[in-house]
Amino acid sequence: MTGNVVVEGEVIRSVGEESAGLRIECEGLICTSGLVDLSSHLRQPGREDSEIIATGTAAAAAGGYTAVSAMPTTEPAMDHAGIVEQVLRLARETGRCDVFPVGAITKGRAGHELAEMGAMHEAGVRTFSDAHHAVVSSQVMRRALLYARTWDAIIANHPEDTSLTEGAQMHEGAMSSRLGLKGSPREAEEIIVARDLILAERAGARLHVPHLSTRRAVELVRDAKARGVRVTCDVTPHHLVLDDSNLVDYDTRFKVIPPLRTPDDIAALREGLQDGTIDAITSDHAPHPPDDKDHEWSYAPAGTVGLETTLSVILAELVDPDACPDKRGNGTLSMAEALALLSSGPAKARDIEGHGRPITAGEPANLLLFDPGVIWSVVGDELRTRSRNTAFEGHEVRGRAVHTVLRGKFTLNDGKVV
Amino acid sequence: MDDLLSIEDLDAGMITRILDTAEGLKDIAVRPIKKVPVLRGRTVCNLFYEDSTRTRISFEVAEKRLSADVINFSAKGSSVSKGESLKDTALTLQAMGVDAIVIRHSSSGAPRRLTEWVDAKVLNAGDGWHQHPTQALLDLFTIRERMGRLEGLNVAICGDVVHSRVARSLVQGLRIMGAEVTLVGPPTLMPAQVDSWDVTVSHDLDGMLADLDVCYLLRVQNERMAEQFFPSVREYARIWGMDIDRLEVMPEHAIVMHPGPMNRGVEISADVADAEQAVIVDQVTNGVAVRMACLYLMLGGEQAGAVSEVTPA
Repeated sequence: MTGNVVVEGEVIRSVGEESAGLRIECEGLICTSGLVDLSSHLRQPGREDSEIIATGTAAAAAGGYTAVSAMPTTEPAMDHAGIVEQVLRLARETGRCDVFPVGAITKGRAGHELAEMGAMHEAGVRTFSDAHHAVVSSQVMRRALLYARTWDAIIANHPEDTSLTEGAQMHEGAMSSRLGLKGSPREAEEIIVARDLILAERAGARLHVPHLSTRRAVELVRDAKARGVRVTCDVTPHHLVLDDSNLVDYDTRFKVIPPLRTPDDIAALREGLQDGTIDAITSDHAPHPPDDKDHEWSYAPAGTVGLETTLSVILAELVDPDACPDKRGNGTLSMAEALALLSSGPAKARDIEGHGRPITAGEPANLLLFDPGVIWSVVGDELRTRSRNTAFEGHEVRGRAVHTVLRGKFTLNDGKVV
Repeated sequence: MDDLLSIEDLDAGMITRILDTAEGLKDIAVRPIKKVPVLRGRTVCNLFYEDSTRTRISFEVAEKRLSADVINFSAKGSSVSKGESLKDTALTLQAMGVDAIVIRHSSSGAPRRLTEWVDAKVLNAGDGWHQHPTQALLDLFTIRERMGRLEGLNVAICGDVVHSRVARSLVQGLRIMGAEVTLVGPPTLMPAQVDSWDVTVSHDLDGMLADLDVCYLLRVQNERMAEQFFPSVREYARIWGMDIDRLEVMPEHAIVMHPGPMNRGVEISADVADAEQAVIVDQVTNGVAVRMACLYLMLGGEQAGAVSEVTPA
């Protein structure tokens, strides 16, 4: 299908009509709404050696994103309105996409005392999360869910029972036994998912479960959704594609949280995408400088960058290139489903306004035009993020953003960040 | 031979070659001058990030008997907390022209990482819970020496398998050489998905004693009790400890092994440790010969020719 999208100012004026004015040749490209990320670690303020908002959002624009959620993994932690305002100001001044700050649930992301959610909400925060620190105390989690109901805000708790994962370095299984690394058992994730679902259901509160990684966790969310629990969830490209066999050489690029699991878990996550249990695919963009990753496995920090590779990895691994846009073909997802999971799905799950909207007259012109056919190899050194730690180094992927448009203005034009 | 990181990297032929080489080198220890010149002019660094008097001394003796120049570097605790990273240390050694690095590290996989940063040969002297290949080789050597063969033997490895790099390496070595292996101990001390290991698992030591050729006891660390892997040392010793009554049930030719250091009265009673069937001292003696063999094959093998031609310095 081909057609015209006419943009005037910051909004879409019309769709499908011929028009005068500037014309961008988009032959062979797919036009969709700009992508939305639910978890990006932009690191500023505090860890500017890893990433700053300017470079993180440039990477986002290059990857087709018009909106990212900035995680509270700043130093100090984004647990009060002052830092939220600072991040929003930096995003306004230096950002190449919209930045939606995620406030911490607890002070210092330490899991003990509630952070000032009200003040942060007033500054613009709609979701609270302690990032990769789980709120382990059931009491604190219950209060957080109840308190957040004041604004119908969303609590996104990292699912990990840390009493089961102390010192854990990877997924617990045959591979961890072989490599002699302490394992993180699936049940550490599943116990917290189950508990949070019970707490959210009783509280009538909104829960978002980030980066699911096990079969059972998907089943728990599926059952809860069927019961009417107000829950949404997401999954990352690396958990959909890579399993723990990649760890065989102790290459720290594969050290992520939660850990890479097994082919059976990957199959379950893909089923969760197909049947709508999983609402979004999230990059979980976690930049770390080479000096930090270039250590013994146990001393290296966990995380992989993802904003520039998520679309291409998903198109390469989960979408059949020969199927028509609405059909799954031999892949796991249709093109339309994949794009929804990268755009409207995440926007809806987290109340991100003005993004992931249908391409119709009157909507903000937040658009992505990508070439679905181009095949390319991921090379960390060529990425625009300040760090180089990609779990997909050397992977052959498909499809690439060509133009990204934020409210009528290019942020990526012909493959170049503007 | 290239780096020695893991028993997994070796096949039966290579293991046999190492053991045969060690056999040839073992008698150097009983010569009046315990030194041969095969590694003269070669520099070996013992890079120990984790305390280990026994292993470090064993390597040092092996290196000196082969006439290598030896550098000892020990760093307690984590390299990161000390400021200098393992990579920086490795690059320093590289710049100084070290030929081989013998590394002991508390982090599994550290020797593998090291190979990415240096050209020197890397010999794993124990990494985390992962591997301790020279320990497995000296154990295989000791078993072969006593039993005359490895193939078809019935070996039990008893105790804290999950945290044991010794067990991990030895299981692989024994399986490669055709021995049957049973892991014995409480389920809390067995590795995750142990069914992927090509061994039998049992929780009943008494039930298997009569059929064993080798009973290999692992050191039980006291902190495992605090972590609730088992309720008490007393209970552990009663159910899985080797004592004289159990020793008597084993066949006459069977041997008892232990990588040391022993907790007498826990995994092994004092009288068993000193019994005829215990070959624990032999293991230590053989450790030097096996480590000489590994270093010789890694660093000097080609230039120096066959071991039989090795003459005293």
